[in-house]
Amino acid sequence: MDFNGSDTIPGPRTEDQLPHTAQAAAKIVIVGGFGVGKTTMVGSVSEITPLTTEETMTQAGIGVDDNFGSASKTATTVAMDFGRISITDQLVLYLFGTPGQQRFWFLWNGLFEGALGAVVLVDTRRLEVSFDVMGRLEERGVPFVVAINSFPDAPRYDLEELRTALDLTPDIPIIECDARRRASSRDVLMTLMRFLHSLAMTGSLT
Amino acid sequence: MTPPQRQRRDAVPEPPTPQAGEDKPGNPERMYVVAGPDGERAELDLVTLIVARATDPPPSASPEQAALLRLCAAPLSVAELSAYLHLPFSAMGVLLTELLTAELVQARAPIVRKARSDRSLLEAVMNGLQRL
Ligand SMILES: Nc1nc2c(ncn2[C@@H]2O[C@H](COP(=O)(O)OP(=O)(O)O)[C@@H](O)[C@H]2O)c(=O)[nH]1
Ligand SMILES: [Mg+2]
Repeated sequence: MDFNGSDTIPGPRTEDQLPHTAQAAAKIVIVGGFGVGKTTMVGSVSEITPLTTEETMTQAGIGVDDNFGSASKTATTVAMDFGRISITDQLVLYLFGTPGQQRFWFLWNGLFEGALGAVVLVDTRRLEVSFDVMGRLEERGVPFVVAINSFPDAPRYDLEELRTALDLTPDIPIIECDARRRASSRDVLMTLMRFLHSLAMTGSLT
Repeated sequence: MTPPQRQRRDAVPEPPTPQAGEDKPGNPERMYVVAGPDGERAELDLVTLIVARATDPPPSASPEQAALLRLCAAPLSVAELSAYLHLPFSAMGVLLTELLTAELVQARAPIVRKARSDRSLLEAVMNGLQRL
């Protein structure tokens, strides 16, 4: 980016600016495989047009096509879409749509450690894509709910059948949603907040 | 049709470190910024809110610093700054440390998950979502 023409760097539109009273922000992550609807869900509830933060990751070229057989390094750019919801004049909530691969999670400080909780977005056509994500969240003690994004040609399972298949404890909410609809995505977030609230009541949040 | 079957995992005390050469990201170190006049260090978070202390950048400000200062005339998260400036999150640490040290910006710490969650916070969020 050329900062010499920095007068021209577009910032938030006036109506998208946070009030000066905004004291603190919290975050929620929406995690799932590629194409599962993360960006769609962020966009449907966000008060701003979703933005993208990028990070570059270098990794040794293992398993990467290399015609010359030499040790190569590849730089991967990882993008994360996010949106924002103003809760009160003091409090702001950010939603991050995060790729499912755990190696990306290190790129952003405290993305999962600091998040209030997570939504694991699942496509029943590729259920197993979400298995590793759920395992990682369990290992790290990140509370999560499961949202089944309904695609027209996806196999339909009974929710209790899915709970068994996903090996979820009875307390973990699992709901169907349509990430394109604001009300439906809002319900998913409400489900997560109610779940976090119930954990706070029982004091079982680790 | 039966769905594929997953197996639940137990919480581990320490998050597993990625395997060298395979999963090791290029920059896994924690990013810290100087957050107070007494030189105290705080972790820079994606949702730390940054506010400029003065409306006009000083003449000594670099073009990058000036661009950032103009953007956060009103509070803006580090994630939003990274997006508007087209700078990776890791570059924000350096830039913000300079500006915090020069007392040109103020950082407002994020709300992070705690062992015992703040119920009134969760209730506030639920009320906010209900109005959506
Ligand atoms: N039918 C249907 N399509 C969806 C839904 N959510 C997302 N899509 C579509 O699926 C595609 C991938 O969605 P996207 O949000 O980009 O996925 P991401 O990779 O997880 O961010 C897009 O073409 C969306 O329009 C949904 O709930 N129903
Ligand atoms: Mg996306």
